[in-house]
Amino acid sequence: MSDLNTQAVARYKNNFLKEVEERVEDGHWVKMCMQCGVCAGSCPLGPAWQHSPQKIFMMIRAGKREEVLSSDSMWMCTSCYNCIVRCPRKLPITHIMHGLANYAHRLDMAPKGQPTREIARLFWNNLVKTGRVNELKFSLAMYFKDGVVQGVKNAMAMQGIGLGLMKAKRLNPMEIVGGHTCKGKADIQKIVAKAREIEDRRRGLA
Amino acid sequence: MAKKQYAFYPGCSSQKGASAANFLTSLQVMTQKLDIQLNEIPDWNCCGASIGYGEGGELPRLVINARNLAIAEKELPGQDMVSGCPACWLATRETHERLAEHSSLLAETNEALREAGLNLNNTVRARHMTEVLIEDIGWEGMKAPVIKPLEGLKIAGYVGCQTNRPFGIAGESFENPKYLDKMIETVGADAVKYDQKVTCCGGALAFSEPEKSQKQIRDIVESAYDSGADMIVTPCQLCQANVEIYQSEINKKQGTKFSMPVVYYTQLMSIAYGGSAAEAGLNGQLIKADKLEKIAGK
Amino acid sequence: MAEMKTAAYICTGCGIGDVLDVKGLEGAAKKDGKMAEVKTHAFLCNAEGVQLIKDDIANNGVTHVCIAACSRRAKTEAFNFPGIAISRANLREGVIWIVAQGADHDEIRQEMAEDYVRMGCAEVKKMVVPGGNVKESSSKRILVVGGGMSGMTAALAAADAGYEVVLVEKAGQLGGFARNLLKRVPFSGPYAEPQATGVEEMAAKIGANPRIKLHLNSTVAETAGAPGRFAVKVAQESGAISEELVGAIVQATGFTPYDVNKLTELGGGQANVVDQAGLEAMAKAANGGAIKRADGKEVKSVVFVQCAGQRGSGGNGNGQHLDYCSGHCCATSIKQAMYFKDANPDVDTVVMYSDLRVPGMGEDFYRSAQQKGVIFTKGKVTKVAGGLSGEMRCKVDFKDLILDEDTSVDADLVVLATGQVPNAGVNLDEWTSVVTLADGGDEAAKAKTVEMKKGSVLKLEYRQGPDMPQFKYGFADSHFICFPYETRRTGIYAAGPVRRPMDMLQAQEDATGAALKAIQAVENVEKGRAAHPRAGDLSFPKARLEGCTQCKRCTVECPFGAIDEDEKRFPKFNEERCRRCGTCMGACPVRVISFENYSVDTVGSQLKAVNVPDQFEEKPRILLLACENDAYPALDMAGIQRLSYSAYVRAIPVRCLGSVNTIWITDALYSGYDGVMMMGCKKCDDYQCHFVKGSELASYRMSKIGDTLKQMGLEEERVITHEVAITDHERVAKLINDYTAQIQEIGLSPMKF
Repeated sequence: MSDLNTQAVARYKNNFLKEVEERVEDGHWVKMCMQCGVCAGSCPLGPAWQHSPQKIFMMIRAGKREEVLSSDSMWMCTSCYNCIVRCPRKLPITHIMHGLANYAHRLDMAPKGQPTREIARLFWNNLVKTGRVNELKFSLAMYFKDGVVQGVKNAMAMQGIGLGLMKAKRLNPMEIVGGHTCKGKADIQKIVAKAREIEDRRRGLA
Repeated sequence: MAKKQYAFYPGCSSQKGASAANFLTSLQVMTQKLDIQLNEIPDWNCCGASIGYGEGGELPRLVINARNLAIAEKELPGQDMVSGCPACWLATRETHERLAEHSSLLAETNEALREAGLNLNNTVRARHMTEVLIEDIGWEGMKAPVIKPLEGLKIAGYVGCQTNRPFGIAGESFENPKYLDKMIETVGADAVKYDQKVTCCGGALAFSEPEKSQKQIRDIVESAYDSGADMIVTPCQLCQANVEIYQSEINKKQGTKFSMPVVYYTQLMSIAYGGSAAEAGLNGQLIKADKLEKIAGK
Repeated sequence: MAEMKTAAYICTGCGIGDVLDVKGLEGAAKKDGKMAEVKTHAFLCNAEGVQLIKDDIANNGVTHVCIAACSRRAKTEAFNFPGIAISRANLREGVIWIVAQGADHDEIRQEMAEDYVRMGCAEVKKMVVPGGNVKESSSKRILVVGGGMSGMTAALAAADAGYEVVLVEKAGQLGGFARNLLKRVPFSGPYAEPQATGVEEMAAKIGANPRIKLHLNSTVAETAGAPGRFAVKVAQESGAISEELVGAIVQATGFTPYDVNKLTELGGGQANVVDQAGLEAMAKAANGGAIKRADGKEVKSVVFVQCAGQRGSGGNGNGQHLDYCSGHCCATSIKQAMYFKDANPDVDTVVMYSDLRVPGMGEDFYRSAQQKGVIFTKGKVTKVAGGLSGEMRCKVDFKDLILDEDTSVDADLVVLATGQVPNAGVNLDEWTSVVTLADGGDEAAKAKTVEMKKGSVLKLEYRQGPDMPQFKYGFADSHFICFPYETRRTGIYAAGPVRRPMDMLQAQEDATGAALKAIQAVENVEKGRAAHPRAGDLSFPKARLEGCTQCKRCTVECPFGAIDEDEKRFPKFNEERCRRCGTCMGACPVRVISFENYSVDTVGSQLKAVNVPDQFEEKPRILLLACENDAYPALDMAGIQRLSYSAYVRAIPVRCLGSVNTIWITDALYSGYDGVMMMGCKKCDDYQCHFVKGSELASYRMSKIGDTLKQMGLEEERVITHEVAITDHERVAKLINDYTAQIQEIGLSPMKF
């Protein structure tokens, strides 16, 4: 168990709903779900989920902390916002799912090697480093996240597309040695670090 | 009439050599014909996109967007911020609205921005390019510069998610937005009816969950074919990339013979306004939009 | 009374004159209809046309008018001449709009139109303008039985409208069930917090209202009479009797919670398992402070079990208790969960539901509870164990319907949301069977009737029994589809949870509606008119008793208990109870019952006025008796929609299929009609008959007509009955056409001369 997780368990005991309300983005909305299931029926990746948002909310109320935080369900969100606009109770479901994913990730309870979790990490790191996202570096990192051998395989599989994009001037091989950056990237790193510090303090994660 | 001026937020994918570089190319022709002046926000940064939440959390995500807003507020005073990319728009508008709603979040945001010597009063309105066209230019204004109407072209208007939800274009329905069809018709083409207009393409999960995303993409392309469309048009960079790029993968895996061009609305307008194929960025297509090129060559 | 002078007025407007031979119509009225005057006008319903008729009435002594124009349902305001008998020949909706266009239809169209003119003339000559049933004295006081929320509301509503009210309450104070509540579900925005019940204020208002006479500790010992003259004996607990004369009655006797002890599978009867009424008592005792159990322990966790013993096996019942939903319990549990949360937000409150039903603004109340931290769990409770050893905790086993798993939760207290059982008095079906035995001399049955009558609420002196009829779950009568506030006992109205399960707000609305119905009844009765649904009708049934065979069909079949028997066992009409449906007229085998303007003759003469072609013409004639409430409007609508149906049909509107006397059928068949169709309303459980039993009785009578047909040597298909709704305009056209085809298939009637 990560230190953060041990601390959270000690603090909230069996009241997982309260933990979610205090620590998860828009978590205070969870109690307002009326279990209609429209979100579950509206999700494009619905069939791929272990637990629909409806079930996740019910599990939170039932105190199923371990199951919720280690679920891969939140990581299936494509951010299409269908659930948000259809929810009759106006729950910001997409944001809650993102918030739960982020919290599970912070506590290191999220599934290890979950592909979306991995690309989310790579994407953000890429962003904070230069201020802008470098698509080539990001893609390569994605292909090589499971090691060199798998990476070469992945990259080879997508070679045709890559060459096509290069030909169409929509992928620049020179980006590997530089590419787009913000002049204020040091500033960005500072404000992001500060923001996290403030947020962690507010959520009791510091 | 004086040029309309906007603080422009191009976004990472529209940069030179990036996946939506051709969008920017076509945008330049279109804005020139419509007398729109886009003033790029100095040293803008990434919005965090739809996947930034995983590692970024809430406040860091808000502050990186607040940085762009703060720079625009200071350097391009009085101008609305306009983005061509739905993800950039969504993230910025969400930031603007959340900070407007929760003063404590705005205070925290400014505490973080101070690290970079910035401050945000949150006065800048964040808009998408399609909103600007519809609300500021108007349908008549969009039609006026048309010199090569795209007659005979059948186009599936693929709205996708993020220009449509959760904010959407004012007055449109989430389930059946009409603005893109209307744009298609404004430039003289026919908007076909098809049932995957607002289906998600899989978004960033095209990388992490390729099979699930490609199922979505297959549905979209198939439906466009079924409706007799010559091509798909979209307002979204990620939709464009996903729906165009993965057709060859789907063909390989599933034996389909997809070859459906996917273009931006800005490209349709550029051609209709008399721009060349190159000016409209059609050389950036992986699947050539032959019928559009033909009209451009007339 | 002035001598009868007849006149027919033929309108040629709306295209009538274009497609029909007007001379032919005039001839039919003059020659066959024997009208003294026959006039034609191009626009009869305009001021000039109406004036033409008025002038004839005023100057030429015209008393009986046949208007050959549009349907009797159209232009009723224009063609309204007080004191004059009026019939309507439906040439527009009934002929020109429904007969197919084209010259090849000219002949049958003209025949149809001329027949309708003849029928209108024949009918009006048999009509007498009814004068009403005005009695010398009629009470307009309103009796309200029950002083709970519904009864108090009805009493205040009637008193505020200016009527004297007698309010009878069996307890020593007003308030009923609501008196025992700490608070009620909110009635007004923002619908977020429980509100004060308002019982004290209402009771004070009643005490201060000079129009309301209050009897506490009292019940009804006898109700005799009829609307406008109910003689009610009010018995005090002490035994003292006072008599009250009232015009109408509102029965607001409320409900009793289902016996929680019967719910053994849900822990009913065990320690720390209570029903909602039990929880109210605990909350009242706590009065805003921490709620404590019987053993004095503060409740720190509570589970509400919704639908306890309700909704059959669909809720948290097993089908052994109540089959229905009581409507109020979800909001009530939400309110009660707030009692806990408002006193101490740390109390764990779980509402266990399978379907949370909080219609209207209840949704806001539900959200408010969620905001307060009440947990709502969608689950079906399988078992509750109460008062477990040690801390006397309860264990609730349930199936989580979202997560699809069997699990359990512990709590200090379990509240079962049980249902409402109506206080509706005696079940008349049971009463009738016991009385039949008693009449046969069964002593035990005789004793039982006495015992049963003790449980009666109204103790009516009606031949049908001492209370109003009940529905299948025991709720008091209501015409639930068409006129929810009306019952089968004219002038007596059920309101509140005795009528159907409901919450307090609905009960108040219900009580107001019932009070208005009571006012409608006393006002109409005073003027000698029908109360409803034929509100204002001045006709009423009259019997030539010298021809009566005392068969009792009319007394038994009257759906409203309007007809008693006198000492000589002749029918005794209580006209004030009558709805003017004519079911008695339809029932009478010797045809001695009739209305002045609607009788065996008014209809019989119409069907006989039709020119039935001889067998060589090969033109069938079909008589269509159509209920005027649904079927006839549907026929009109078919015309308005320009649907076409066979011109061989001749339609006669009737007040209700229950009023159809079989003589009409046999007369028609003997006259050479080839078939008889009847169209009435839906019958039995989900009836839509305005008169509840009319279409059912007609159907029963027609099931016996086979023998008659056999005697006549006719096929049984020659008489057919259909249930028709007012929206069935396409269907009625199809039914007619199909039946015409069927008749042509069978062949023409051999009875033609």
